[in-house]
Amino acid sequence: MIMNDKTQPSLELKKISQAYGKQRVVKDLSLTLNPGEIGCLLGASGCGKTTVLRTIAGFEPLLAGEIFISGEKVSSADFSLPPAKRKIGMVFQDYALFPHLSLFDNVAFGLRGHNKVETLRRVNDALDLVGLQSEREKFPHEISGGQQQRVALARALSPQPELLLMDEPFSNLDVALRERLSLEVRDILKHYGITALFVTHNQHEAFAVADRIGVMHTGEILQWDTAHRLYHQPVSAKIAEFVGEGVLLSGVVRENSQVECGLGRLTGIFNQALAVNTAVQILVRPEDVVHDDDSSVKAKVLRRNFRGANILYQLRLESGEHVQALVPSHCDHQPGELIGIQPDVRHLILFPFP
Amino acid sequence: MFSFSLDRTAASLRGCRRFLLHPSGWQHLTLAVALLVLAPLTVLLLSWTEPAWGIWQHLRETLLSQLLINTFILVVGVTTGTLLLGVSLAWLTGACEFPGRTHFSWLLLLPLAMPTYVLAFVFLGLFDYSGPIQIPLRAWFGRDLWIPDIRSASGVVLVMSLALYPYVYLLTRNAFSTQGKRALEAAQSLGCSPTAGFFRVVLPMARPWIAGGATLVLMEALADFGAVSIFNFDTFTTAIYKAWFGFFSLAAAGQLSTLLVSMVFLLIVLEQKLRKRMRFSQSRVTAQAERIILNSAKKWLATSYCSGVLLIAFFLPALQLLRWSLKVFDLEFDNRYGMLLGRSLSLGLTAALFITVVATLLAYAGRRHPDRLTLSLIRISTLGYALPGTVLAVGIFMPLAALDNFLIDFARENFNFALPQLMQGTIIIMLLAYLIRFMAAGYKSIDSAMHRVTSNIDEASRLMGLRGLKLLVKVHLPMLRGGIFTALTLVFVDVMKEMPITLMTRPFGWDTLAVKIYELTSEGEWERAALPALTLLLCGLLPIVLLMRGTEGK
Repeated sequence: MIMNDKTQPSLELKKISQAYGKQRVVKDLSLTLNPGEIGCLLGASGCGKTTVLRTIAGFEPLLAGEIFISGEKVSSADFSLPPAKRKIGMVFQDYALFPHLSLFDNVAFGLRGHNKVETLRRVNDALDLVGLQSEREKFPHEISGGQQQRVALARALSPQPELLLMDEPFSNLDVALRERLSLEVRDILKHYGITALFVTHNQHEAFAVADRIGVMHTGEILQWDTAHRLYHQPVSAKIAEFVGEGVLLSGVVRENSQVECGLGRLTGIFNQALAVNTAVQILVRPEDVVHDDDSSVKAKVLRRNFRGANILYQLRLESGEHVQALVPSHCDHQPGELIGIQPDVRHLILFPFP
Repeated sequence: MFSFSLDRTAASLRGCRRFLLHPSGWQHLTLAVALLVLAPLTVLLLSWTEPAWGIWQHLRETLLSQLLINTFILVVGVTTGTLLLGVSLAWLTGACEFPGRTHFSWLLLLPLAMPTYVLAFVFLGLFDYSGPIQIPLRAWFGRDLWIPDIRSASGVVLVMSLALYPYVYLLTRNAFSTQGKRALEAAQSLGCSPTAGFFRVVLPMARPWIAGGATLVLMEALADFGAVSIFNFDTFTTAIYKAWFGFFSLAAAGQLSTLLVSMVFLLIVLEQKLRKRMRFSQSRVTAQAERIILNSAKKWLATSYCSGVLLIAFFLPALQLLRWSLKVFDLEFDNRYGMLLGRSLSLGLTAALFITVVATLLAYAGRRHPDRLTLSLIRISTLGYALPGTVLAVGIFMPLAALDNFLIDFARENFNFALPQLMQGTIIIMLLAYLIRFMAAGYKSIDSAMHRVTSNIDEASRLMGLRGLKLLVKVHLPMLRGGIFTALTLVFVDVMKEMPITLMTRPFGWDTLAVKIYELTSEGEWERAALPALTLLLCGLLPIVLLMRGTEGK
């Protein structure tokens, strides 16, 4: 929709801090979003992600640091541009549609200072975009939750903001709709090259929609990266545990890029250089453990979770540690059985014990 | 979705059919109460079969145009006054933050405890030529100082606005505090300044609540009898009273009543429409929105505004009542006061018990038979709150007097037996009138508690072996206890404060506190009316305590 100046990042947070009373909720947080990129802040509730979003929108004052939108400073400790002047669009968690206005008037709300023809054209464009042209005379309470979500998106996009902010945009929808809509929203944003930042506690949503994801914990971004790298190259044990499924086994580094652990001796490329005999934690994902009846490594089935194509087994190793294994569902075992397993890892994700 | 609603319609139709063919005891009861509410209205309409042309002629020559003008002034003035006060106070306490905000948010409900007629006579007393305001003013500014006469149209409007603004305030504050800030943020993210956002979004969104409060205010203003008679400000209610007790024409009173009722009926239709819209506009966020923090000068302005309103509408009048009461305490606090208090209390309690029992039965009827017919009968049963007391008194007295007279004639002609009046001048008439007028207050409290006793709770209890009386005592009653208590309190206080019904249908010479206040104030005896008024004021605080607990619980 809007041609951003390619030389400037659309959003830049420089070491921002935020506090409620004495409690710091955001600590020295920095991130950059380039034009057309979709960013996501991922974290459990209370990690400060919504506070960051609201600070960018201008609803919360900043304790320290600076915020730039398309190169213009909008927030610092002693300055705050009013929200109305920031050229941002926002989709609220509860959508905050105006119940007394029709869908058309909701979408037209932010379009002041345009003539009638231009307003009409823009509202129609926005409603076409989300496929709700035929419902334009209805009121918010007359349409479904998914449709309300789309109206909220159309309303935020119609004034052509420099930056779109979304606060848990899909959390009020049921699972099936959530998945479909999140892909739809990504398509729309990508098609029009809109820069957006959203927050969620749902990894699948973050993976499906975002180009870059920041995993947040107690007011800090632990890692700001693509979904692929977050999953395959987590920078800390905390990230490894938080993102995706998997367990951390304890082990010891041996010579020749080997690690010894409850699964036997594993060989592979290390994620970091580590001295021999260092005690480490090894990330083992369910797909890293392969079912093999001939293997010498045996494990006892504790629990099985049938998922259609696969079964996710919870297993106990001889060492007493637990691992998960994702096995094709024709290999059907019952809790209590001993089964053979084989590690299948080329890249070893290791973290020295602190 | 479609087949589901079709199923429901079919079930509802089956329910209606069953009602018509084999009504249960519950349904008989709902029908009886609904008919009782409809009876006065029907009787009033029938009063037109014998138009009292003589009195109408007289009315048209003297009073009628004044009545219409006064009613118009009252409607426009009180609506404007309560809206200005109610909405501004609601915005401050519901969406802003300033010193004393948490206290003001409940203190501002206190004027609800003061019956309009009490505030009216206190104001008259305060602004009297020899009252505590004029004397010092004259002392400072000299004898020729012009002071506006409080006994005027603007005086009535002022008093009623101060007494009735809490209705608008309460409803609007709820709307503002649940959706104010969030809507404002959405508007800001779309390029509105906070002030523009308030007028473009927050205020329009609260419109159903504001208008809902205003219709309640209007019903009260149109129904008011005490305050307007103290101010000698003739409206339909005082005209009805005069037609009956001055011209002794029940028919003329009935015909005047129909005019008043048709105005109120318009308001009911409006209110029901607004209720529907409130449901649609209900915000899904239940959490309190964050507040707008007022800066240095503004916050003290807010504090003084709230204190000012509170002082004028409640604390100064209450203080004046206390002063007067103390002054005449030795003379007035005697056996007669004890008798008045005893009558008021026993009348209030009897009516509260009676109405609560009927309301509970109605709530059960609605639960057992949730078909459309039963539910509409229950709706009709609770519509009496909108009937002004004077109208209701006429409407209930006319048929019962006719019945009495018929029975007396019948007994005399057929059995040569002098039957006494069975109902006229007994408290049965009063109780029936109260039942009609205050059923809504009782029913709503109990019904909202009843909604928590779902059919799943019954089934869960049955699985654990509880049924019949045991189920009622061990599960239902504990769950309904709060609702029943609220119903008893609300009805009790309403009956204590009620003036026109009691005044017009009481047995001869049977005075209550409210009636005594009417008699004393019509003779200008403000000081002697203070003690009964103070008593009513204290009673009136009870429902406010309940209301506060309710809002704090949320």
